[in-house]
Amino acid sequence: MTDKAEQGSKVAGTPKGPIKLACRNVWKLFGSNAAHFIRQRDGKASMAEVAAAGLVGAVRAVDLEIRQGEIFIIMGLSGSGKSTLVRCMSRLVEPTHGKVEFEGKDLLKISDAALIELRRHRMGMVFQNFALLPHLNVLENIAFPLGIQGQDRPTREARAREVIELVGLGGREHFYPRELSGGQQQRVGIARSLATKPEVWFLDEPFSALDPLIRREMQDELMRLQTMLHKTIVFITHDFDEAIRLADRIAIMKDGEVIQIGTPEELVVNPATDYVAEFTRDVHRAKVISARSLMRACDGSEHGGTVAPDARISSFSADIVAAGKPFAVVNGTGKPIGEVTPQAVIDLLAGIERPRAGA
Amino acid sequence: MTVTASASASRPPVQRWLAIWALALAAVLVVFLLRDSMAWAVNYPAEAVVPVADWVSALMRWIKSNFSWLTRSITAVLGVPLDFALNLLAKNFKIGHGADAFTLPRLSWVGICAAAFLAGNAAGGRKLGALVGGCFLYIALFGQWTSAMLTLGLISIAVPFCIVTGLFVGIWAWRKPWAERLIVSPALDLMQTIPTFAYLIPMLLLFGNSPVSAMIATAIFATPPMVRATMLGLSRVPSEIDDFSEMAGCTARQKLWKVLLPSARPTLMVGVNQVIMLALNMVIIASMIGAGGLGYDVLLALRALKVGEAMEAGLAIVALAIALDRLSQAIARNHAQGHVYQEVSPSFWRRYPNLTLAIAILAITTLLGLFVPAFAALPKAMTLTTAPLWKAAVNWITLNFFDTIEAFRVALILNVLNPVRAFCEGFPWLGAVFLLGLAGYQLSGLRLAALVAALTAFCAVTGLWEKTMATVYLCGISAFIACLIGIPVGLMAARSDRFEKIVTPIIDTLQVLPSFCFIIPVVMLFRVGDVTAMIATVAFAVVPAIRYTNLGIRQVPPALIEAAKVSGCTPRQTFFRVQLPLALPEIMLGVNQTILMALAMIIICAMVGTRDLGQEVFIALSKADSGRGIVAGLAIAFIGIVADRLFNAWTAKARARLG
Repeated sequence: MTDKAEQGSKVAGTPKGPIKLACRNVWKLFGSNAAHFIRQRDGKASMAEVAAAGLVGAVRAVDLEIRQGEIFIIMGLSGSGKSTLVRCMSRLVEPTHGKVEFEGKDLLKISDAALIELRRHRMGMVFQNFALLPHLNVLENIAFPLGIQGQDRPTREARAREVIELVGLGGREHFYPRELSGGQQQRVGIARSLATKPEVWFLDEPFSALDPLIRREMQDELMRLQTMLHKTIVFITHDFDEAIRLADRIAIMKDGEVIQIGTPEELVVNPATDYVAEFTRDVHRAKVISARSLMRACDGSEHGGTVAPDARISSFSADIVAAGKPFAVVNGTGKPIGEVTPQAVIDLLAGIERPRAGA
Repeated sequence: MTVTASASASRPPVQRWLAIWALALAAVLVVFLLRDSMAWAVNYPAEAVVPVADWVSALMRWIKSNFSWLTRSITAVLGVPLDFALNLLAKNFKIGHGADAFTLPRLSWVGICAAAFLAGNAAGGRKLGALVGGCFLYIALFGQWTSAMLTLGLISIAVPFCIVTGLFVGIWAWRKPWAERLIVSPALDLMQTIPTFAYLIPMLLLFGNSPVSAMIATAIFATPPMVRATMLGLSRVPSEIDDFSEMAGCTARQKLWKVLLPSARPTLMVGVNQVIMLALNMVIIASMIGAGGLGYDVLLALRALKVGEAMEAGLAIVALAIALDRLSQAIARNHAQGHVYQEVSPSFWRRYPNLTLAIAILAITTLLGLFVPAFAALPKAMTLTTAPLWKAAVNWITLNFFDTIEAFRVALILNVLNPVRAFCEGFPWLGAVFLLGLAGYQLSGLRLAALVAALTAFCAVTGLWEKTMATVYLCGISAFIACLIGIPVGLMAARSDRFEKIVTPIIDTLQVLPSFCFIIPVVMLFRVGDVTAMIATVAFAVVPAIRYTNLGIRQVPPALIEAAKVSGCTPRQTFFRVQLPLALPEIMLGVNQTILMALAMIIICAMVGTRDLGQEVFIALSKADSGRGIVAGLAIAFIGIVADRLFNAWTAKARARLG
C-alpha cells in the first residue's frame, strides 16, 4: 500500500516549489465587444458560441500553474494560441478575461509603472527571430535593457561582459547582429534577456529559426544554463522532440485551449485525447518511459539486476536484453517494488502493443 | 416574372457593365449632338460660375493684413540661418557698414570640391568620391559656382527643416490612426499633386519676393516623402522588436527614440534622399520668387531665348543633382547594410579621418583665399564655357534639318494634337462628371463615385472647364506616348539582363533631373508651343513606365515560370499567359505614376507657351493674383487625384483577383 501511495504521488509528477506564475481562466478573444461577450457568460463559453458571436478565440479558458524553477513548455502547432498565451502572461497582450497571477498578485491590475518595474527586473524574454537591435553591436545590445533602467555605462558594460562570457560569445563584443550567424544571434538574445537577472524567463520558440544541428547545440546550452541559474522558464515550441528533451512539464494547446498538462512520460503513457496521442506516436518511447511505467508485480523469478523507478528504459535496455532476465525495480531504501521483463523492453523498443500482465 | 429575374441574375456582371457603359456613352453622345439646345451641359454657363477665386483672394488679403506680424517674424527668424548658409557658401560675410566694413570670405571652392571628394570617398569608395568631386569641379570650371552655391545653401537649410518636420508629423500620424486617416494622408495626397507653381503664389503673397519665401515653399513641397518614410519605417519595425522593447521595460519615449526609430533608420534614409531631390527640384522652380541660383539663370536665359546659357546652367543643375543623389543614396545604403566592426579609437582624428581632413582643407584653402584670389574664386581665365558650342550646334541643326523638324512638328500638330484637343475641349462637362462617376462606382463603389464626380465638377463650376480639358488633352497625349515607349522598353529590360544594365543608369539619371532641365534641349529644336511641351513631358514621364514594367515582370515568382515551362509553354506563351497577366497590376501602377508625372511636367511647360491650367497659374504668379492661381492649382491637383484614385481602385481590384 505504501508503495502504491508513493508511486501515485510521483507519477502525478507535481514539481515542488511555490507557484510563480498562474493563469486563472484566461481568455483572449478578438472581435468587437469581446470583453462584454465573455463577461456576460461569466467566463464560460464553448467554441461554437464564440464562433457564432463572430469572435476569434485565440486563447480560451486557460488554467495553469507554473512553479518556481521548473521548465514549463507550452507546445502546439502554429495558430494554436501558444504565442498569444505567453504574451498574455507577460501582458504584452491584454487578456480579455481572467487573471494572470505573478507570485499570487494579479498582473492585470498593477499600474503601468509597476509593470515596467516588473519587466525591467524580474522578467526576461527571448524571441524567435532574435529581435536584436540592428544599430547596436553585441555589447550594446546586451547592455541595452540595463541602460533603459538608467545604469551608467561602466556598470552595465561590466554586467554585459559577464553574460557574454556565460553564453560563450567572448571576443565578439563589437560585432553587429548582421555579422553573426543565427545561432550566435540567438546567444546574444539569450544573453540580453539574462543581463537583468530575471526570475521568470519567457522563451518564445527560441530555436525554431535555427538549423537542426545548431538547435540541438542550443538546447544543450539552455540545459547547461538552467543547471547553473535555476530560472522559472516558460518555453514555447511546436517541436515535440524539443519539448521532451527540455521539459519538466508540458502543456499541449489546440485551438486556443490547453488540452493536457503533464510530464513528457504522462503524455506518452496516458494521452488525454487522440490529438495528444497523435503527437506522441512517433516519440522514441524508450527515452521517455521510465521503469516504473513498464514494471509489473514481481512473480518470484530470478532478477538479473536492479534499476531505479525513474530510470528511462533506454538507459538499461541493452543490459536487460543481454542479461535475458527481469530486472528488479527498487526504491530509495533498496526494497523491490516490481520488475521489468526483457520481453516488455523488447516490445516497447519494437513498438508492439501487447496486453500487459500487470494491467 | 421569375424567368426574367433568374435570367438577369445569371448574366455575368461583365456583360451587364458593358451594356451600362454603352448606354452611358450613347447618352453623352446625345448631349454632344444636342449641344446647341443644351449648351449649359457642354460648356459650363458663365453666369453660374462660383467665384471661388475671389473668395480665396479675399481670404489671402485678410490673412496678409491681419497676420503680417507673424509672417514678418517668420521671415526674420528663418532669415538668420539662411543668410548664414548663403554667406558661407556663396556670398561673403560683411561685418560692419560702409567704408570700414570687414569682409570674411566664403568657403573656398577648392576646399568644397575636396570635401565633396572626401564625402563620396567615405560613403562609397574612391569611385563615388571621384564622381561627386568631379561634379563640383565641373560646376566650378564652367563658371556656375556662385549660382550653384546659392542653390546648395538654400537646400542645406530647407532639408534639415523638412526632415525634422516630416519626422514629427510621421510619428504623430503613426501614433494616432485617426490623425493619419483624417488629416495626414489627405494632406499628403494634396501636397504632392498640387503643382509646384501653385505653392509659390501664397508664399509670394505672404513672404514677398525673397530667398526666405522660396525656402518655405521648398520646405513645404519636400516634406511629404519624409512623413511617408517615417510612417512606413515605423510600421515596418518587426513586432518582435516592439515586444522586446516592452519586455525590457522601456517607457513610451525610450521605446520610440531608442528602439523604433533607430530600427527604422534604413527606411528613414530613403526618405532623406527623396527630400533632398525634391528640395533641389523645388529650389530651381522657386527661383521665380527670389530663390536665385541656378534656376534663376535658366529662367533668365530661357526668357531671352539664349539656349546656350540655359543649357550650361541646366547642366550644372544636372551635376549638382547627380552629386547629391548618389551621395545620399550611398549613405542610405551604408545604413541599410548595417555596421561593420571597427576598432574603436579614442582620438577624434582617428575615428573620423575624412571629416577632420575635410574641415582642415576647408579652413586652410579659405584662409589662403584671403591672400591668393584664385582660392577664393576661380579666375575668369580658367573657366570654360560651352555656350557658343551649344548655340552653334543648334544653329547647325536648324540650318540643315529645319525642314524635317518643321514638317514633323506641323504634322504632329495637324494630325494628332489638334483633333484630340478639339475633342477634349468640346467634351460636355456634365458628360465627363457622369462618366467618371460611373467608372468610380464600378471600380469601388458609391464613395469613390461621389469623390470623383465632385472633384470633376469643381473644375467646371469654377469656370475653368475649357482650360482643364486643355490640360487633360496635353497630359493625356504625353502620358499615352510615354507609356507607348516606356512599357515596351520595360518589357525588353525585363527579358534581357544586358539591356537592363544599359537602361538602368539612364532612367536613374532621368529621374534625378529637376523638371526644368527637360525643357531646355527641346525648346532649342522645337521652339515654344504644345509640341515642345509634349516632348519634354514624355521624356520626363517615361521613367516610371519603364521601371514598374521591368519590376512587375521580374517579380513574377520563378516557381510559376518553371511551372509554365514544365507544362509545355513556349517562351511566347509563358510571357503572354503567365508573366504579363501577373505583372499587370504593377504595370498599371507605373502608368498611374506616369500620368501624375506628366501632369506635374505639363504645368511647368506653361513656360514654353501652353494654353492650359498651367498657364493660368503662371499668369496668376506674375500678377500675384492668389485666388486665381490657387483655384487653378487645385483644379490641377484634382485632375491628378481623380486619375490616381481611379487607377488605384482598378489596380486594387486586379490585385484582389490575383490573390
